[in-house]
Amino acid sequence: MDAIADRPKEYKYGFVTDVETEKFPKGLNEETVRAISARKNEPDFLLEFRLNAFRWWQEQEPPRWAHVEFPPIDFQDIHYYAAPKSMEDAPQSLDDVDPELLRTFDRLGVPLHERERLAGVAVDAVFDSVSVGTTHQDILAEMGVIFCSFSEAAQKHPELVKKYLGTVVPPRDNFYAALNSAVFSDGSFVFVPKGVQCPIDLSTYFRINASNTGQFERTLIVAEEGASVSYVEGCTAPMRDENQLHAAIVELVALDDASIKYSTVQNWYGGDEEGRGGIYNFVVKRGRCEGARSKISWTQVEAGSAITWKYPSVILKGDDSVGEFYSVALTNNKMQADTGTKMIHIGKNTSSTIISKGISCDQSKNSYRGLVKVTPGASGARNYSQCDSMLVGDGCEANTFPYLEIHNKDAVIEHEATTSRISDEQLFYLQSRGLDSEAAISLLVNGFCKEVFKTLPLEFSVEAVKLLEMKLEDSVG
Amino acid sequence: MLKIRDLKARVVDGPEILKGIDLDVNAGEIHAVMGPNGSGKSTLSRVLAGHPDYEVTGGTVAFDVNREPQDLLAMEPHERACAGVFLAFQYPVEVAGVSNTVFLRSAFNAICKAQGVPPIDAFDFRDLLAEKLELIGMDESYLERPVNLDFSGGEKKRNEILQMAVLAPRLAILDETDSGLDVDSLRIVSEGVKRLSTPHNATLMITHYQRMLQYITPDIVHVLMDGRIVKTGDHTLAEAVETRGYDWVKEAA
Repeated sequence: MDAIADRPKEYKYGFVTDVETEKFPKGLNEETVRAISARKNEPDFLLEFRLNAFRWWQEQEPPRWAHVEFPPIDFQDIHYYAAPKSMEDAPQSLDDVDPELLRTFDRLGVPLHERERLAGVAVDAVFDSVSVGTTHQDILAEMGVIFCSFSEAAQKHPELVKKYLGTVVPPRDNFYAALNSAVFSDGSFVFVPKGVQCPIDLSTYFRINASNTGQFERTLIVAEEGASVSYVEGCTAPMRDENQLHAAIVELVALDDASIKYSTVQNWYGGDEEGRGGIYNFVVKRGRCEGARSKISWTQVEAGSAITWKYPSVILKGDDSVGEFYSVALTNNKMQADTGTKMIHIGKNTSSTIISKGISCDQSKNSYRGLVKVTPGASGARNYSQCDSMLVGDGCEANTFPYLEIHNKDAVIEHEATTSRISDEQLFYLQSRGLDSEAAISLLVNGFCKEVFKTLPLEFSVEAVKLLEMKLEDSVG
Repeated sequence: MLKIRDLKARVVDGPEILKGIDLDVNAGEIHAVMGPNGSGKSTLSRVLAGHPDYEVTGGTVAFDVNREPQDLLAMEPHERACAGVFLAFQYPVEVAGVSNTVFLRSAFNAICKAQGVPPIDAFDFRDLLAEKLELIGMDESYLERPVNLDFSGGEKKRNEILQMAVLAPRLAILDETDSGLDVDSLRIVSEGVKRLSTPHNATLMITHYQRMLQYITPDIVHVLMDGRIVKTGDHTLAEAVETRGYDWVKEAA
């Protein structure tokens, strides 16, 4: 193998931005919750929402059922709010934002300034607990599309936030959902009104910078009757020996004939070869196909995080609604992933598709866990699931945990699963035809993941391919 | 074109299998290397292609690139392919998710790139494929199927020759290409190989039986036993082996 393949590549987003940060003291109690709400100058209903969640959370035990191992988290040893000092007086435009913060996003490949920013994508950039800025807001506003940070939405559109927040993921849904509902800091809010097809992709870039800090983002996307939107999320964090908690909630609501496409390219720091450090990515993502003929589609490329624990799901309530889940989860070093989806069929003639591709390398653990539930009234429900695993090397683990709860006898459910291995023999075969090891791996991985990659917006698909190739070179080379 | 001198090799950390091979192959020649099971035939082919399971313990292999002899053993497997060496595998490997067309075009363009030639576009490549498919008696349905996946034994072997036809190597090493083929496939594959042979390239057929040699008359036949070439002759040697067996060669040697 060539020298490049022998040397593990640095995690290229592992740098720390040197800005003065305001942090709340470590620890979580009712005062912390009140302080976060006060800092964000929130309406009373939000404080009530938070306190209600917090009081329930206090009485709960953390769940342990996932196929992942980690020491108990000390929830009192975390800062629940961190923000650059320069963001304190809420800059009105990007011109007023600390250049150091803008440079950080430049380095991450997400320039925010008008001159350099990506043409076809509007970006909300979240740094620790605050949104630094949102691009293209004016153009979107002309069409009636609201795209802003969650904090801004709470100020400017409290009636919409109140109407939809917690309707898909109730505060008492589970332990981490309650934690997030109590202490969520920032995230994005999207509202696409009746009949509007959002003309550009919307995206949020989440960056963790401060140490010993949790990130608790909250995203809410609502598409009214006949509206459609494509939303993309990216994430990175510095390399540190400590573990950091990222417990987010994403809620999607699609009314009649609406469609929401939500794509994630997740590259949080995943820890080193010994399993030191990395992000705990414990996230609740759920969409509700509220209206008839509505459609929600999740695509995720999970390539980072020490532990990934999430199941982007769809509740198919509207008749003829459609849910999709396309996933590539790659684990290397000692990373662990327990991810999949839930498709809950309630309306009539609903259909769902699940395509999951797990790639495990080195000593990592990669599990698919998925539920397909068909309620008694969901006549004509259809589901197709395909869960494929690829093993790279001998020390890794791949598992599939499919759950079926079918309470309507005319449901049509299909499930396929395969396990394959990138073998030395396969690599040699491709090399003996003129492809170097990099090109050979790229061909194999693209082949394995192509059904998922083709569902991503083009530029993100290119990025996803590169990301996986880079990670795999370390493991296969 | 190929000059092998005193080549010794073994499976990594295993016993020596090749115990000193000498072999010269010139452009325009078809060679057959015959030998009983375990004589080292497949090892020779894999060592020439650079298989990572084997380690060379002695000797040299020079392969002419632009008429200059190069140290083949110092090259990575993909560099050998780009220099014009092709191994038709005894057991072709299945590659799920990658279609034959994508695979062939990636490989073709990788070789173009290494040789400083511009890549071929999709339309021209389609024409090239159509022509080569006909040569091997394969239809277009093979192109969109994942490489070798769920192919029958015979289809896999044909697919190897299709790759050879498309990549147009200067030295083709056929490792037991005749095994596992029915009579019709054997005839088609053999005729394909024969038609691909030109004054500018060379073929090294590794075989246990004389089956393929009924269709292709080799210029030179070598008998390999216990890691050494014990006898070299013309095509009549292959016939003699077929009728009198390898023991006869051993006694004669």
